[in-house]
Amino acid sequence: MKKHILLDLLLTFMKIGLFTFGGGYAMIPVIENNCVEKKKWITHDDMMNVTVVAESTPGPIAINCATFVGFRQAGFSGALAATAGTVLPSFIIIYVISMFLNNFLEIRLIANAFKGIKVGVGILILDAAITMIRKMRKASLPCAIMGCSFVIMLFINIFSWNFSSMSLMLIAAAVSLVVVALKDGTKRKGVASK
Amino acid sequence: MIYVDLFLGFLRVGCFAFGGAYGAIPLIRDVVLSYGWLTDEALVYMIAVSESTPGPIMVNLATYVGSSQAGFPGAALATLAVVLPSFIIILFAMAILKAFLKNKYVQAVLQGLKPCIIGIILATGVYMLINNCIPLRKNISVNVQGTIITAILAMIVLSAKRIAKKKPSPIVLIVISAFLGIAVYAV
Repeated sequence: MKKHILLDLLLTFMKIGLFTFGGGYAMIPVIENNCVEKKKWITHDDMMNVTVVAESTPGPIAINCATFVGFRQAGFSGALAATAGTVLPSFIIIYVISMFLNNFLEIRLIANAFKGIKVGVGILILDAAITMIRKMRKASLPCAIMGCSFVIMLFINIFSWNFSSMSLMLIAAAVSLVVVALKDGTKRKGVASK
Repeated sequence: MIYVDLFLGFLRVGCFAFGGAYGAIPLIRDVVLSYGWLTDEALVYMIAVSESTPGPIMVNLATYVGSSQAGFPGAALATLAVVLPSFIIILFAMAILKAFLKNKYVQAVLQGLKPCIIGIILATGVYMLINNCIPLRKNISVNVQGTIITAILAMIVLSAKRIAKKKPSPIVLIVISAFLGIAVYAV
């Protein structure tokens, strides 16, 4: 029985990993369909909770979901089986591609196709950013952080500055934390003086 | 030691990649370029391949970079590293995390991170767009073919949003841009 559920987890998540193109957000409805509706491994509320946590924690969102579902079903080994299932199809496909990509690029037609694709990728990333800005909370602090990060990161890219985007993220987190703490302090003072 | 570098490099990506695949792309670019593992060009090609093949984009990129630098063990290590933080977080902290995430100061940190990531993604997109039309690093000059493809693709995306109220999926856009590349560079 125990072996059976592990195999079931592995195969289900392999299927999910194999048939969802476009990464994390595209995987959420597929995971929901398989794990909530078909297999009834977790409830819809569980799925919502794990999505919220996945969005607020780093790493691939699909991995968060797989680990959660697997753990619920069969503890640590279940988490391992589900996560391995999600990763394996991509791993195998990309590993095989990586062996041939350079040979492919020597063919002129394919090299030209990739020159076009290069432009397409830039547009995709720009479009993703615009969609995120639309959904962003339009208050002064997030907008200021967004603007500053944009300008600094653009300069980093153009002038090849040796400053990592991760340091930039740490600074943004610190600034936001200080602002909230300061607001909190003034509020408390206001209450105390009353 | 390349294995240690790969593991630590992608562990850093796994720890900082809030906000899904597009949030991870600038970070992976950062790590890959700073170690000199791939050229900017090769990385962009691989982003396109990752978008067009199934699975989480971060996993696809980690596998490719690892494999290109140190074969099968490199691919396995980089993939393990990028997945590990999510795995550990969910495994050990799901119950605590829900309460933890409601904490005001944790929220403050997240609310600082989110707009910063959006800014970083925007900068990466804008830089790529400019670089495709006017290559910045070499002798500054206009890349005519790149500019033409950029203009056509931008028109396609904008008109699809207007007319069909839906943007083309990443795969469709990549296929279109591949054909545009073949057509424009053949002339």
